[in-house]
Amino acid sequence: MFRFIVRRLLQLIPTLFGLSVLLFIWLHRLPGGPETAILGERGTPEMRAQIRRNLGLDEPILVQYARFLRRMIKLDLGTSTSTKRAVTTEFVERFPGTVELTIMAMVLAIGIGIPLGYLAARRRGRLLDHASVGGSLIGICIPVFFLAYVLKAIFSEHFHWFPSSGRQDPTIGATRVTNFFLLDGLMTREWDAAADALWHLVLPGIALASIPLAIIVRITRASVLEVLGEDFVRTAEAKGLTENTVRRRHVLRNAMLPVATSIGLLTGGLLSGAVLTETVFAFSGIGAFVAEAIGQRDYPVLMGFIMIIAVVYVLVNLIVDLSYSVIDPRVRVR
Amino acid sequence: MALLEVDDLSVTFARRGQRTVRAVDGVSFSVDAGEVVGLVGESGCGKSVTSLAIMGLLPKQPGLRVGGKAVFDGTDLLQLDDRSRRDIRGRDIAMIFQDPLSSLNPVVPIGVQVTEVLTRHRGMKGEAATKEAAQLLDRVGIPDPRRRLKEYPHQLSGGMRQRALIAMAVACQPRLLIADEPTTALDVTIQAQILELLKELVRDSGTALMMITHDLGVVAGLCDTVNVLYAGRVVETARRRPLFREPRHPYTVGLLGSVPRLDSGRGERLNPIPGSVRDVLPWPEGCAFAPRCTRRVDECVGEPPQLVLAHDGRSYRCVNPAPVPGATQAEAEDLYRATPTGDDAVAAVPTAAEPGSVPAQAVPTDPPAPPGLGSREEESS
Repeated sequence: MFRFIVRRLLQLIPTLFGLSVLLFIWLHRLPGGPETAILGERGTPEMRAQIRRNLGLDEPILVQYARFLRRMIKLDLGTSTSTKRAVTTEFVERFPGTVELTIMAMVLAIGIGIPLGYLAARRRGRLLDHASVGGSLIGICIPVFFLAYVLKAIFSEHFHWFPSSGRQDPTIGATRVTNFFLLDGLMTREWDAAADALWHLVLPGIALASIPLAIIVRITRASVLEVLGEDFVRTAEAKGLTENTVRRRHVLRNAMLPVATSIGLLTGGLLSGAVLTETVFAFSGIGAFVAEAIGQRDYPVLMGFIMIIAVVYVLVNLIVDLSYSVIDPRVRVR
Repeated sequence: MALLEVDDLSVTFARRGQRTVRAVDGVSFSVDAGEVVGLVGESGCGKSVTSLAIMGLLPKQPGLRVGGKAVFDGTDLLQLDDRSRRDIRGRDIAMIFQDPLSSLNPVVPIGVQVTEVLTRHRGMKGEAATKEAAQLLDRVGIPDPRRRLKEYPHQLSGGMRQRALIAMAVACQPRLLIADEPTTALDVTIQAQILELLKELVRDSGTALMMITHDLGVVAGLCDTVNVLYAGRVVETARRRPLFREPRHPYTVGLLGSVPRLDSGRGERLNPIPGSVRDVLPWPEGCAFAPRCTRRVDECVGEPPQLVLAHDGRSYRCVNPAPVPGATQAEAEDLYRATPTGDDAVAAVPTAAEPGSVPAQAVPTDPPAPPGLGSREEESS
């Protein structure tokens, strides 16, 4: 198990190396070159030449690449052209917000999706089944930003049950430790800060959970239906086991395999930026920040973001593979 | 009184917009304590559905109707509620299935799959349950049981898996064991081992065994009484020896005739039953086997053949049964309710399956055994 994890983490190296080559080429192929990216269309030829010298763009390409690689390894992703702050600092501040939001959404999607999918399968062809299958179709169809606005209008602006924007009420004056606001609150025992952070997560969490929830319901339902027809479930019934045991040990455990895969992919997708949700709720996560960066042609930010997403996907897949080997002994890793 | 008395069991599947299927149509038979009873027939004749109906394991679906009675030790299994059924299953009646790989949960260790029965019905937990499970595996001939308990089904061979399933089935010393084609998915040498094991287990524990099979070789080696099923009805019931020596129903004759024989000449062809199970007449319109029958007479069509009880306790459902060898024509006519129409009918019996000939593979090698293969008397006294 340990060797498997180490091996998979080592696989990150060639992945990131390949990515760095792609990113380097991308930077060089930018329309008008990096100097245009920095100066915009207005720069004079002298200014352009000055910037090229400053950036070392007049040196041989391999030297440039070596320098680029060295900076990458030192996690120096440059300075954001729009906020003028180090890209790394920006990410350290914002990425935890997205992680919190993703976890919130996935907890909701998994916590509701798996039981609902299971029940739909058990009551196949009956009202609950039709309702959940139809409901999940709606969940997939409704655009996230629309749902986000509707939730905000009803539960925050009309009823005032939940805050309409932000990650935490700044007047609380919470202590920052990790930038995971909820975690910070729990660690520093500032319970009101933790509760407030959690409260701010509810509405964006629901909005973000809608699509993963719908997908998980459907995959769970299909998978449970398949397992219910398996011979070993009949064997379990023939042993006279209680319905509960048959359900937990024999049906659900086997039905979880495809669900685990989809949960991994969905989580990766959410981490790579819940742009619309974060924008609607003015939630300072990475998604809204990157969306802005795209508009501003903030190349250092985009580059760093791509690197982070690559790492996130490799890690998420590692976790999925590990969970797979916990559930299914046939793919157990040595 | 019989341990299990199945009376007029019928199972129908009705689907909206489709023809109603009568999978089992008035099946009656009984299993005595300690007895080995065979349920024999081609695929699709309703033997598995019969066993699943008795166990209450038919997939719940709208349109499923189970009628008749299955009285086990005084209680009608078909009338029980779900909870009481679960109490009986695995404890008093256990079942072994056809494909041992798909019948075991791939993601749960063998040990847990054995101990869960012990926990459920015998209240055993922890080390005691593990110890008992190891003993059970040992008893069904799995070497190094402690190690095997921790393994998963895919790590075991086919024969081992079937042994493990048997261990789970006999864990609570059930009074009735239902084996649904337990050797079909195994290769021949393993088949013999598994049958030997089953034989040993029922002999040692006095468990009654209901053996569902299409393989007459299995019947010959194991069963005390045989019920031959065709198109959802029992067409012939007899003790093993009389059945092999003098099959009466033409379908039984055909089944015996289609078993390959070691002593037949080289290149000699098998005598399969013509047609397929799909060529059936609905029972209300006559004998379902009539379309494929070589002894068909006019009386076969029109109304369903009645069950004929012969003098030696056997019964068959046929108006023109195969004659008993050695009996004179007069005796034969006396025996049958409907006399053969003449020499044509007799001549039409497949030659390789002439009454009195027993397929080589199917010759019982052991002497005629008393019911229960030995231990019934001790148990009842």
